[in-house]
Amino acid sequence: MNTLSRKIVMAATGLFLCLFLLIHCLGNTQLFLEPEQAKLSFNAYSHFMTTNPIVKIISYVLYLSIIGHVVYALIITLKNRKAGGLYKRDNRGRASKWYSRNMGLLGTIVLVFLVTHFANFWYIYRFGEFTAVDANGNKDLFLLVQETFTNLWIVILYVVAMIALCYHLIHGINSGVRSLGLFHPKFVRWINVIGIIYSVVLCVGFALMPLYMYFTQN
Amino acid sequence: MKLHLKIWRQKDRKSEGKLVDYTLDNVNTHMSFLEMLDTLNEELILKNEEPVEFDHDCREGICGQCGVVINGNAHGPLKNTTTCQLHMREFKDGETILIEPFRAAGFPVKKDLKVDRSAFDRIISSGGYVSVNTGQAPEANTIPVSHEVAEAAFDSAACLGCGACVATCKNGSAALFTAAKITQLAILPQSKEERKQRALRMIWQMDQEGFGHCSNTEACEVECPQGISVLNIARMNYEYNRASFLKFKKK
Amino acid sequence: MKLDAKIPQGPLEDKWSNYKKTARLVNPANRKKLDIIVIGTGLAGSSVAASLGEMGYNVKSFCFQDTPRRAHSVAAQGGVNAAKNYKNDGDSIYRMFVDTLKGGDFRAREANVYRLAECSVNLIDQAVAQGVPFGREYGGYLNNRSFGGVQVSRTFYARGQTGQQLLLGTYQALMRQVDKKTVQLYSSHEMLDLVTIDGKARGVIVRNLETGEIERHAAHAVVLATGGFGKIYYLSTLAMGCNGSAIWRAHKKGAFFASPSWTQIHPTSLPQSGGYQSKLTLMSESLRNDGRIWVPKKADETRVANDIPEDERDYYLERRYPAFGNLAPRDISSRAAKERIDAGHGVGALKNAVYLDFSKAIREQGQAKIAEKYGNLFTMYEKITGINAYKEPMMISPAAHFSMGGLWVDYELMTTVPGLFALGEANFADHGANRLGANSLLQASVDGYFIAPYTIANYLADQIRVGAISTDHPEFEKTEKEVREKLDNLLNIKGTKTVDYFHKKLGKLLYDYCGLARTKEGLEYAIVEIKKLREEFYKDVRIPGESKTMNSELEKAGRVADYLEIGVLMCYDALTREESCGAHFREEYQTEDGEAKRNDEQYQFISAWEWPGGLDQEPILNKEELVFEFVKPTIRSYK
Repeated sequence: MNTLSRKIVMAATGLFLCLFLLIHCLGNTQLFLEPEQAKLSFNAYSHFMTTNPIVKIISYVLYLSIIGHVVYALIITLKNRKAGGLYKRDNRGRASKWYSRNMGLLGTIVLVFLVTHFANFWYIYRFGEFTAVDANGNKDLFLLVQETFTNLWIVILYVVAMIALCYHLIHGINSGVRSLGLFHPKFVRWINVIGIIYSVVLCVGFALMPLYMYFTQN
Repeated sequence: MKLHLKIWRQKDRKSEGKLVDYTLDNVNTHMSFLEMLDTLNEELILKNEEPVEFDHDCREGICGQCGVVINGNAHGPLKNTTTCQLHMREFKDGETILIEPFRAAGFPVKKDLKVDRSAFDRIISSGGYVSVNTGQAPEANTIPVSHEVAEAAFDSAACLGCGACVATCKNGSAALFTAAKITQLAILPQSKEERKQRALRMIWQMDQEGFGHCSNTEACEVECPQGISVLNIARMNYEYNRASFLKFKKK
Repeated sequence: MKLDAKIPQGPLEDKWSNYKKTARLVNPANRKKLDIIVIGTGLAGSSVAASLGEMGYNVKSFCFQDTPRRAHSVAAQGGVNAAKNYKNDGDSIYRMFVDTLKGGDFRAREANVYRLAECSVNLIDQAVAQGVPFGREYGGYLNNRSFGGVQVSRTFYARGQTGQQLLLGTYQALMRQVDKKTVQLYSSHEMLDLVTIDGKARGVIVRNLETGEIERHAAHAVVLATGGFGKIYYLSTLAMGCNGSAIWRAHKKGAFFASPSWTQIHPTSLPQSGGYQSKLTLMSESLRNDGRIWVPKKADETRVANDIPEDERDYYLERRYPAFGNLAPRDISSRAAKERIDAGHGVGALKNAVYLDFSKAIREQGQAKIAEKYGNLFTMYEKITGINAYKEPMMISPAAHFSMGGLWVDYELMTTVPGLFALGEANFADHGANRLGANSLLQASVDGYFIAPYTIANYLADQIRVGAISTDHPEFEKTEKEVREKLDNLLNIKGTKTVDYFHKKLGKLLYDYCGLARTKEGLEYAIVEIKKLREEFYKDVRIPGESKTMNSELEKAGRVADYLEIGVLMCYDALTREESCGAHFREEYQTEDGEAKRNDEQYQFISAWEWPGGLDQEPILNKEELVFEFVKPTIRSYK
C-alpha cells in the first residue's frame, strides 16, 4: 500500500465519522427538550438506534472506521517519523497551523475521550447492570446521562475533548477532501469554510450537552 | 556587522555530523547569504581549516541548487525566496545563525550542507515527461491551449526542484514536487495519453525513495521559492484515484 | 592548416536539406554498438543526448551539477526566437537569417545562420509537444513578444522563465531515456580531459565530484555542450560553476578555439556593490521597453536620483540613438553605459552604474500596469538591493554574459579533432560578433535536437567496424596520469592565497582591458599581467583538503587554472583583430561619433586559434575566410 492509498483510508474513514457525528449530534439535541419529554423521546431514540438492523449494520461500519482510522493513523505517523528530518533548531512551524501538525495529539485526546464515552454510556447501556426503564418501557438512558453529568470532572473532560475534536475536524475535513482529490480552488475554498462552520457548530453543540445537563441539575 | 555561526559539519555520508561554531566579523549587510559563506570559507582556507561545502550555482534563484536550513527554516527567514536571494540585511548585528542541511530520509547528507537530491531525478524519470521523440512533433498551433490552462500549467511547471518542500515538511514528503509535475502534464492536452500511467508510476517511485505522507499542513507552499500551490497535491490525489479506478475497471 | 567548413553546395535554402539527403546513416541494429559521450546537460547537451538515445545509441551524459536540470540554460529569462510568423508581421526564415547575421555584425557563416533560422520553426513544435507552457493568447494560440534589434515579434516566451521551461522539457526527454536505459546519467561528474587515439576523440577522463574518484569513459564520439566561459570575468551573469575547462582541455588536444574574445556584455545587470560580490544578477532586457536610461549631466553628482531635475539628466541612449533609443542592441547599450561611467557620470556607491527609470512609464501607464508587466523583476530587485524601484530608479550596469566565441566547428558542428563535436554556447557558431536576444536558447536547442543527431550519425557511419573502445588503451593510461598529476600539483602548492583571489584579479584585468573596449596597449599589458598572475597562481595558491574526497576548492582551482590560460588567448584574439565589430570594440577603430568601425577588407574571417604545444609559445592563428554570397555586409546602424 502506498502513501496516497493510506491517506485515502484516513480520509474516507474520517469523513464517514464526521457524517456520523452529525447524526449523533442531531439525535442528542433531544436532551435539550423539557425534561419529561426529553426522557421519553431520548430513550425511544436510543432504543431504536440499538435495535434497528440497518442502524446495527451501520454501527459495525462505524466501529471498523474508528479502528481503521486509528490503526492507519499509527502506521502513517510511524512512517512519517522515519521520513521526516529532525533539526537542531526548528522554526518550520511558522509556515503552517499548529493543529494541522498535531493531528495525532488531537486524535489521541479524542480517542481517550471516546474510551471514556463508551465506558460511560455504551458499555453500561449494553452490558452493564442497567435496569431502569421509563414510562414507555425503554431502558432509561436519559437517567444515566443525567447521573453521569453531575460529575464535574467528566463534564470538563467532555468539553476539552470537544475543543480537540473541533480542531481535529477543521483540519481533517479540509485535508480529507483533498486527499480524496478535490482540487478546484473554488470548491476547496467552499469546503474549507463549510468545514470550519460544520466543526464549530458540531463541537459547540456536543459541548453544550454535558454543560446543560450539569447546570440544569445543580 | 558581526555574526556567530553554528554550522553543521559532516565529513561524508557515513560519518556523524555536528554543529561547529564560527565567528565572522565585518559582514556587509548587502552581502547575499552565500557570499557571507564565501567570506567564511576564505577565512577558513587561510587559517588552514577545511571550508564548508554548500550547494549553489546560478545565485539568481532559478537553478534550485542552493538550499540550507537557516535558523530552522528552509531557505531562511524570507518566504518564497531561495537561499541565494537572501541577503544579510535580514539579520541583526551580533545574531547567532544556525545553518543545517536539508534533512529528510529521501535526502541523505553528502557532506556538510550538501544533500543528495537525486531522488527527484528518479521521480521524473519514472514518468514526468511527455513521450515524444525528437522530430515527431506536429505544428505547434494545431494543439490550442487556452490562456488559463497554459498559465496554470506554468504555475505548476515553475518548480525549481530545490527540495525546500521536503525539508520543510514534518513528514519529509515529496508530494508537492511530484504533484507539480503530474499536474502540469495532466492539464496540458498534449500529454493526456500517458496520464494514468504517469500518475501511478511517479507516485510509486516517490514512495520507493522513502518520502513521507502528505498531511496537508501546507507549509511547503509557504516555503516554496516559487510559491507552488498545495492544490497541486490535491490534483495529484485526484489523478491517482482516477488512474487506480480506471485501472481496475480495465481488468 | 586549411580550415574546411564543409558547407554543402547549392542555394542557401537547400543547403541543409541537401546535407540531410546525402548524409550517411547508421543502421538501427548497429546503433547500440556505438557509444557517445555527451558533456553538459544544458539545452544542447540534454537535447542531443535524448535525441541520440531515442535513436538507439549508447549515450553517457555527464554534468557537474547535482542534477541535469540545473544547467545554466535554466537561467535564461526572455525567450526563444522562431520564424513562425504567427503575428503575420512579415517574418520569414530569410528575414530572421538576415537579422541574426546583421546582429552578429557579419562575422558568422551564412549557411549556419540560415540553418539556425530554418530549424527554429521545428523547435517550437518540439517544445510545445513536450509540454513547455509557452505564453498563449486567449484563443489558445501561441503568443509572441518583440525583442531588441529586430522589427518583428518572433520571440516565444514562458513568462520570465523561458530558459527554465525549455530546459525542463529537454531534461524530461533526457530522463525518459535514462529510464529506458539508452542514456546513462553521471551527475556531479566533471570532465577533466579529452582522450584522443590516433587523432580521433575516443573518450574522456572525469572526476566524480562527490567521491573524488577519477574515471575513464570511452566512446566513438564525444560531444561537448558545456556552455560559455563568461565566468572568466569573475563577475558575470553566469552561474558559479560555469567554466571553460572542457573546451580548453579539448583545445589543448587539438581543437581550434575560435574568436575567444567575443564576449557579450549585457547592459541590464545589477551593479557590483562590493568586493565580496560573487555574481551580477541579470535583469531582463525587456525592462528597456518601458525604462529610460540616464545618468546625471554633472560628473561626480552627489544628489540622489529623485533630487536631480529633469534638465540635468542625460538620457544618453535616446540622445545618441534616436531611432532605437533605449532599445538599442546589447553591445551598443553596454558600450554607451561604459562611456558615461568612465567619463565620471556613473551612479551608485561605486560610481559604476546608470539609472533605469520607470517614473515616466508609471506616470503614463500607472503603477499597476508596470507591476503587471515587470512585477517579478521589481520584486527581485528589491530582494537583492533593498530598494523599491517604483519609488526611485533602478541602478544597472553592464556585465559579462555570453561567449560568442568557442570551439571552432564546421557545418557539421565537428571540431578540428575528428569525432569531437561542440554544441550550443561551447562552439563559436552562429552569432558572429554579437548575439541577438532570444537566440541563445534557440541555437543550443537547434544544435542538440536537429543538427547534431544527423551530423554525428554521418561521422559514426564508418565507425561501426572499430568495435568497442577499451579504456585500457595506453592513451587513457597516459591522460589519466596527467590529470592526476595536475590535481596533485595544485594541491601541493600550499601557498597563501585563495583561488578566488586569483579569479577576481583575472576578472578585473579582463574586464578592464579585454572587456567592453580594448586597445593595443591595454591588451599587450593584460597579456603580460595575466601571465604573471598565472605564475603567481602556481606558486602561491592554497587549496585545502585532498583530491580523493569532495573538494569544491579543488574544482574551482582547476577551472581558474584554465581561465588563466584562456584569458591570454582572449587577449591575443582581441589584439590581432584590428577592427571593431559587434562586441569587439577596439578604441583605435571607431568612427568620429564613437561607433564601431568594421574592416571587411582585412578581417572578414574567423580567427581559429591553434594550441602551439606549450604555454611559453604564442598561439597560432588560422583564418577561415567568410564568404557572403547571399547578403552584402552593410554597416550596422541603429541611429
